[in-house]
Amino acid sequence: MTEDAGTRRDMFGASGFGDTSGFGGLVVRATHVVSTPKPYGEWFDAATSALEAAYPDFAGAIEAVVVHRGELTLHVKREAIVDVCRTLRDEPALRFEMCSGVSGVDYINDPTGRRLHAVYHLLSMTYRRRIRLEVSVTVEDPHVPSITAVYPTANWHEREAWDFFGIVFDGHPSLTRIEMPDDWPGHPQRKDYPLGGVPVEYKGATVPPPDERRSYA
Amino acid sequence: MSETTDQVYESTYDTSDPYGGNSPEGEGRVFTVGGGDWDDVVEAIDPNESERIVVNMGPQHPSTHGVLRLVLELEGETVQQIRPVIGYLHTGIEKNMEYRNWTQAVTFITRCDYLSPLFNETTYCLGVERLLGIEDQIPERVKVLRVLVLELQRISSHLVWLATGGMEIGAITMMLLGFREREKILLILEMITGLRMNHAYVRPGGVAQDLPAGAVDAIREFIPDMYRRIDEYEDLLSANPIWLARLSGVGYLDTSSCMQLGVTGPLLRASGLAWDLRKEMPYLDYETYDFNVVTETAGDCYARYLVRINEMRESLKIIEQALDRLRPGPTMVEDKKIAWPAQLALGSDGLGNSLDHIRTIMGTSMEALIHHFKLVTEGFRVPAGQAYVPIESPRGELGAHVVSDGGTRPFRVHLRDPSFVNLQAVPAVSEGGMISDVVAAVASIDPVMGGVDR
Repeated sequence: MTEDAGTRRDMFGASGFGDTSGFGGLVVRATHVVSTPKPYGEWFDAATSALEAAYPDFAGAIEAVVVHRGELTLHVKREAIVDVCRTLRDEPALRFEMCSGVSGVDYINDPTGRRLHAVYHLLSMTYRRRIRLEVSVTVEDPHVPSITAVYPTANWHEREAWDFFGIVFDGHPSLTRIEMPDDWPGHPQRKDYPLGGVPVEYKGATVPPPDERRSYA
Repeated sequence: MSETTDQVYESTYDTSDPYGGNSPEGEGRVFTVGGGDWDDVVEAIDPNESERIVVNMGPQHPSTHGVLRLVLELEGETVQQIRPVIGYLHTGIEKNMEYRNWTQAVTFITRCDYLSPLFNETTYCLGVERLLGIEDQIPERVKVLRVLVLELQRISSHLVWLATGGMEIGAITMMLLGFREREKILLILEMITGLRMNHAYVRPGGVAQDLPAGAVDAIREFIPDMYRRIDEYEDLLSANPIWLARLSGVGYLDTSSCMQLGVTGPLLRASGLAWDLRKEMPYLDYETYDFNVVTETAGDCYARYLVRINEMRESLKIIEQALDRLRPGPTMVEDKKIAWPAQLALGSDGLGNSLDHIRTIMGTSMEALIHHFKLVTEGFRVPAGQAYVPIESPRGELGAHVVSDGGTRPFRVHLRDPSFVNLQAVPAVSEGGMISDVVAAVASIDPVMGGVDR
């Protein structure tokens, strides 16, 4: 991996004073999506070929195929997510009947700017396989088509990803907040969402938010 | 400004509706009736709505299992629409974990689903171990210990379901019996982990500590007792006419609905699909244990009751086998860069690092002391990537989507909690039924709000 604009270097995380004990020299590199070269191994080649055969615009829709730690991730363009899901669900050679969930991730250092990721976990009960789909969008244009028409179970998951990350799922039957109160400002699980400190009654002192405390990472 | 009193009244109250009066609330909808039969008039105006009322059940209601709010639209006693509202127990556990190191995060995720905390820990730790690439290095004893405590907890979770579910439909005896046996399991778990709930026992790379003396005997003593108790529950309930009347045919959900709604666990198995991750996509060497996946075909509350009852028996079978497999060995991975120094001992001020361990690192090895300090304060790093290793919790597929950016803290952890997903089935199992059946149907889903809201 090469270093670039998204790389974060850190001593401790604490700033303003020269505490160097336990210096870890932490370097957190920006997240890169790097396609895994073929062959992928296990059942991954068969599954991606089956998808390629059933979904003609495979090259246009799939931005990257990542195999890591024995798990297959397809990075999908947002326009194609519903069709890819439907193909994965209905194609006899794929049969991903169940959607386990949709989770948001905020890769704040993403060098491409598409930091909000909607991650879909699909399960094929027929073949006992799992696949992960990932769609990434920018904060300025956080629109992703909803997959509730293909997997109704995604309803609450998408509401949660909207609530916490501000990803707008177009076509969702009622995209409202689910965990936070309806009038809550902002999307709390974004990485740049301000954290609150705890005011304590001791000579006006307050406990600072976790990201301002002395930390070792 | 002296003569403004009348003007205030005029500007505040809308008097455009001559029948609405001049109170700020108005008097609701106003109809002009010009004669005829009164019943016909009412019927013509609004055939349905006159009978419809909206009732908020919860968030503080004894039979909604914690702080679940159900918005019911009723016509008489028939539920026309039901809408579950959640979020009342949201505590930001996932966000909090991002500001703790990988091992500390266990103490947070354990607090999600508070009836099966060890399951939360296990799925998280399996994900972290996959990212670390140490799945093959997990010692045999660790896997057996994990299976042992997980299956114990599965029984205790099902017991809470049986106890509270029984109480909600009037079987107070069942509540007392269920909590009595659960208490025995909690005592065993307390003996092993130090805590009754929120154990933080399973850790990345292993478990916090080995079994204490007497734990194996306590479990062996418990097993035959529990078999007998389960028979007792069945004698009490299975053919009980009230139990049958309240449960059978109620809260029906078939296999295809389960698939669409993402419903897993006992609900799916009660609808006829033998899907159990322990069998179908095994982890922790579950494929080497001899047990059955319990299924029923009716898909109603009674079928779910039967599934859970029999699952407790299967769990006891697994516990027996796990006890037989226990061989002495390490309870943490070999790699000292990951293995959290967990030589714990019970001191005068509770469970903490053993004095022997502290004496060794403080007195004999500066390097060991530094290593201990660094590992505890800074933690270990997990290579960048993401993993999702779901397990079969008492309520269905429980999985932690673990994302690392290569740092010493989780970049993001998302818990796919089965209670969260299964709650989406509340309208499907309750609409069109009676309001009293809502209680039985929601109970049969067995939602734990700690896991739903996280």
